[in-house]
Amino acid sequence: MIYLIDGSLESLLCAVYEWFERKPGKILIQLKREHQPDAFAPVFEVSNDVKKADRVWKGLQQKLDRGWMRKSYCAFLSEIPEAYTSLFEFACYIFSNPTGAEANYGNPFVLSVDQTARKVEREKHRMEAFIRFQQTADGMYYCGIDPDFNVLPLIMQHFKNRYADQQWIIYDLKRHYGLFYDLNKVEEIHMDVVAIRTAYKPAEHLRSEKEALYATLWKDYFKSTNIQSRKNTKLHVQHVPKRYWKYLTEKQVL
Amino acid sequence: MAERIREKLNILADAAKYDVSCSSGGGTRKNDNKGLGDSHSSGICHTYTEDGRCVSLLKILLTNHCIFDCAYCVSRKSNDIERAAFTVDEVVSLTMNFYRRNYIEGLFLSSGIFKNADFTMERLLRVVKKLRLEERFNGYIHLKTIPGASQELIMEAGLYADRMSINLEMPTQAGLKLLAPDKSHDDVIKPLGYVQKRIVQFKDEKKLIKSIPTFVPAGQSTQMVIGATPETDKDIMHTAAAFYKNFSLKRVYYSGYIPISNDSRMPILGSQPPLIRENRLYQTDWLMRFYGFDVNELLNDANPTLDIDMDPKLSWALRNLQLFPVDINVAAYKMIIRVPGIGVTSALKIVQARKFGRLRIDQLKKIGVAYNRAKHFIVCADTPYQLKDYQGTQIKSFIMAESQSKYLKSSTQQLILF
Repeated sequence: MIYLIDGSLESLLCAVYEWFERKPGKILIQLKREHQPDAFAPVFEVSNDVKKADRVWKGLQQKLDRGWMRKSYCAFLSEIPEAYTSLFEFACYIFSNPTGAEANYGNPFVLSVDQTARKVEREKHRMEAFIRFQQTADGMYYCGIDPDFNVLPLIMQHFKNRYADQQWIIYDLKRHYGLFYDLNKVEEIHMDVVAIRTAYKPAEHLRSEKEALYATLWKDYFKSTNIQSRKNTKLHVQHVPKRYWKYLTEKQVL
Repeated sequence: MAERIREKLNILADAAKYDVSCSSGGGTRKNDNKGLGDSHSSGICHTYTEDGRCVSLLKILLTNHCIFDCAYCVSRKSNDIERAAFTVDEVVSLTMNFYRRNYIEGLFLSSGIFKNADFTMERLLRVVKKLRLEERFNGYIHLKTIPGASQELIMEAGLYADRMSINLEMPTQAGLKLLAPDKSHDDVIKPLGYVQKRIVQFKDEKKLIKSIPTFVPAGQSTQMVIGATPETDKDIMHTAAAFYKNFSLKRVYYSGYIPISNDSRMPILGSQPPLIRENRLYQTDWLMRFYGFDVNELLNDANPTLDIDMDPKLSWALRNLQLFPVDINVAAYKMIIRVPGIGVTSALKIVQARKFGRLRIDQLKKIGVAYNRAKHFIVCADTPYQLKDYQGTQIKSFIMAESQSKYLKSSTQQLILF
């Protein structure tokens, strides 16, 4: 049996609800847009219902502590197809067992949720580290990113607390939405201009005049703080994987 | 103007890079005044240099003019190098602008000693006060305590800094006397002592009165230069252990000496920095802080040096084979983290998971245990029965045969005959 969901958290929670109502035995979770019909497996399309989703979420909250609720949410944000199945099986396992079952790392789904969540947290931490703002002439700090996982909801609070006295935008170029902080609150924004929504940094004529100076100073600093006789390229690349170099001011040649 | 700043930054960042402390965690400062910056409990490494060390703080000297002539230091008086000094405003504006662009977690400010200790400390204090009070900066500040500065200045600086540190430089008093006749360990111990006392006092008062300001919330650290003088690993780690114990230090850093002068008392120019040894010392340090090892178990009169070809945990296990194999399904957590190939994260998972049923090999592998290494020291639910008891040297050769050192390009392992 295959359960089709639309990829939202709500639909995943509804799938759990529907499974408990029907108890169809072993099922697979698949995304609607990726589903290829096959001749043998019957298909059930999960329809979204806020009430059902809420009930499952509250049920989970009663059984899991905050750490595990966050892990589940992180695993969901990974957007990996297998993670949906793991999360579904994990939720069913939690509901069918007494409180405390989440500590069973011998269970493949518990372990998988834990490990996926770790991957997402790692990506979140990398974004907190590797985002490089560039100031535009009107005082806005901008950065475009394309993280492996959908981490914007996770990094929002960090940037809001930290850069409370400057306006900033972090735009997810892959998922086509961004965060904008206007000195009071953070809002979700969508941009229509193709030139902007594909750029990691603001166009050159829009940048503040100080920007070039500080970028140069930072590159200088990066060079002079290196100890040549200890060179260790393997370790360097391990800590700063090449796919992130496009964000990093200090790694740009120009 | 811009050119001059660039020049200064190059000189003063270059001079500061031998201070290895880079941690930016442990601060508790919150951005509650709508200013700039907020501490991150675990710290963030914003980038890594090509030698693989993390860059989380803007690490600079206020000046590299210095009245001392310590043989191991690039900024020593007798060294013929370019000298420069930042003004207070320059440091503040660099820090603020780098922070705003998310380049750094904060500032690491140190200085050569010009005129005298108090004059230098007072200048450092002016930088941090300006950052905290005028610019409302809540990022991380790591400040060097200047040996010999007056107690009042150090105490005031502690109100604004997140971490303070003061370097031991050489692991033993004798080593320090040899290379820096003007200095002694007492200069370090005194300020470490009273900052430590004040931290404890503030913590106690905080329990009663909520509004007490923070005092060096991320604690103190120190650094030792390794390989410049002939101390053994035992001397180094026993000194470190004593400092951890007596001053509740957060970290002791070990910095492999990079030859910078023709001084005949130290390794010659061009010799390789002792990177493997440095790595082994850090591993020992971790074993002491997170794995419950006592320094005497790892380094004692019978074993005064660490093995270069294997890590200290493995070599401890091979010396103490009578304690193994450990049964994963019943042994205490304390014993499980002592098994080579099992770390803290895996050990915590193991003790939780085994409540639900006896653990098997495949589960251990999935949990993240380095099974090929650990298998010689553990039994679990489906460990194959084994009649033969292997010697430590045999186990070592098994492990060495299937692992490759990151330091050695080609294996020097002797082939096994039987």
